[in-house]
Amino acid sequence: MSLDLATTRRIAKLARIGLEDAELETVRQKLDGILGWVDQLSEVDVEGVPPMVGTETEALRQREDVVTDGDCRDAILSCAPEKSGPFYTVPKVVE
Amino acid sequence: MLTGLTLTEARAGLAARKFSARDLAQAHLDAIGRLNPQLNAYITVLPEQDVLAAADAADARYAKGEAGLMDGLPVGVKDLFCTKGVKTTAASKILANFVPPYESSVTARLLAAGSIFLGKTNLDEFAMGSANITSAFGSVMNPWKRNGDDAALVPGGSSGGSAAAVAAGLALAATGTDTGGSIRQPAAFCGIVGLKPTYGRCSRWGTIAFASSLDQAGPMTRSVADAGLMLEAMAGFDEKDSTSSNRPVPEFSKAVGKSVKGLRVGIPAEYRAPGMPEEIAKMWEQGIAWLREAGCEVVDVSLPHTKYGLATYYIIAPAECSSNLARYDGIRFGERKDAASLDGIYERTRAEGFGPEVRNRILMGTYVLSAGYYDAYYLKAQKVRTLIKRDFVQAFEQVDVLLTPTAPSAAFAQGENMDDPVQMYLNDIFTVPASMAGVPALSVPVGLDSKGLPLGLQIIGRHFDEETVLSVGGALEAAAGFAHKPTLHAEAGV
Repeated sequence: MSLDLATTRRIAKLARIGLEDAELETVRQKLDGILGWVDQLSEVDVEGVPPMVGTETEALRQREDVVTDGDCRDAILSCAPEKSGPFYTVPKVVE
Repeated sequence: MLTGLTLTEARAGLAARKFSARDLAQAHLDAIGRLNPQLNAYITVLPEQDVLAAADAADARYAKGEAGLMDGLPVGVKDLFCTKGVKTTAASKILANFVPPYESSVTARLLAAGSIFLGKTNLDEFAMGSANITSAFGSVMNPWKRNGDDAALVPGGSSGGSAAAVAAGLALAATGTDTGGSIRQPAAFCGIVGLKPTYGRCSRWGTIAFASSLDQAGPMTRSVADAGLMLEAMAGFDEKDSTSSNRPVPEFSKAVGKSVKGLRVGIPAEYRAPGMPEEIAKMWEQGIAWLREAGCEVVDVSLPHTKYGLATYYIIAPAECSSNLARYDGIRFGERKDAASLDGIYERTRAEGFGPEVRNRILMGTYVLSAGYYDAYYLKAQKVRTLIKRDFVQAFEQVDVLLTPTAPSAAFAQGENMDDPVQMYLNDIFTVPASMAGVPALSVPVGLDSKGLPLGLQIIGRHFDEETVLSVGGALEAAAGFAHKPTLHAEAGV
């Protein structure tokens, strides 16, 4: 199965990476090559094999439902590229 | 010379007050000043007065007899670990000016043990690469050169800056992270020791994520005992990482020097890859012979799904990367490119902030997770991963460790293996399976090839059995007696 340009454009849109048409074609070729190579997995028989999720070395644990962190608004906002007072700023989203 | 010591030697020298932590730190800052402009091993070097002040505090602790495990030892920190108040870039333009307001758990442990941080070492962008050529802050040069040839060689990747720094005397040791081989392959290319611990041994909290089911921090050092010492300082339970293990942390360095007599060493048939260079095969045979002489029993084993490791990895790692890197949106942190709409900000920020390799991996991951392809690629890869892990579990019913080469070649030149991504991915053919299974693996330098470049062998162990891995690594190290130094070194020509 080979990757076409329309699918590549759709993936780029899903990933929110804005690519020009010329770049899309380069990306399409690279991804198509990698997909062709990983297709070798189709020869592995996985009938009845469960998927491995994480590395299963430890069971997920639960903790007390209490606040363990917080009260650090200014520290968090210090990383924002643009802000206004205690807010992140973005272009107008709602008309 | 102070820049040529192991951690263990430096720790003993400091404890005996043969030299001060300040002397040790100053020697390293001087070496960085001389060699880093060529090697580009560090993205950020910490201000001299800060490093020396930390060293003075370490000297005061030695004077009071309160020194920690890593006290006064100058180390490099891969620029993927968040360091409070110190720029942390992941070698990406998108984080070029990111200063974390918090400290990663691993670096916090190292600081609590008294380590002196020298700076943040270079890497492949977001740890994606095997040659340290995808960094937004320039490639790292391997301090080793081929005999009679000045061509710049790659240090391996992604922890290439850490490996080059330790090899060239710009740090006594450094932290690395390993997702598919990113500690072990650069360690082999630069002639040092690199240990990827069991998944869960070191906390992932505050380490910039690439593929969360694979990422694991570990030490890069000049000796196997040093790797044990530094792992002991890095490892331990952390509530902030849901996959962190709460098993006790053994005194890993004590495992080195223990007899390996009677241990069973497996040689996996499938690692005899077609086209393996003669010199790598010979070094592997030599390693087998050394361990046999040390009293190990050598057993042939089979890991039948080895050949599917890389293809499985290049579905699972990009899938997790596409999810993890969704956070770089230009709103909450990192660089931002303005546009008229919110979607426009996302698309421009991410197109311009990420380099081509990172973009390709995000797109690959988005594809294999998207509706219509999820079952065929991602779910299939997760099932093959189960088979790969089963191979290891079954092999470890017969043997205590596995011995393999670390990488399929020695360091190559900048510009080689660059056009076809699959060719570059093949670098990790021997390291990826252990990552997929989550088992610990160690690379030990054992000799030079005919061009004068270092080669490494890999020891893979059972989940949470780093101690046996370190014991066998120590035996290999003792037999090999690797004492070669690279062409570019802090002590060369001084």
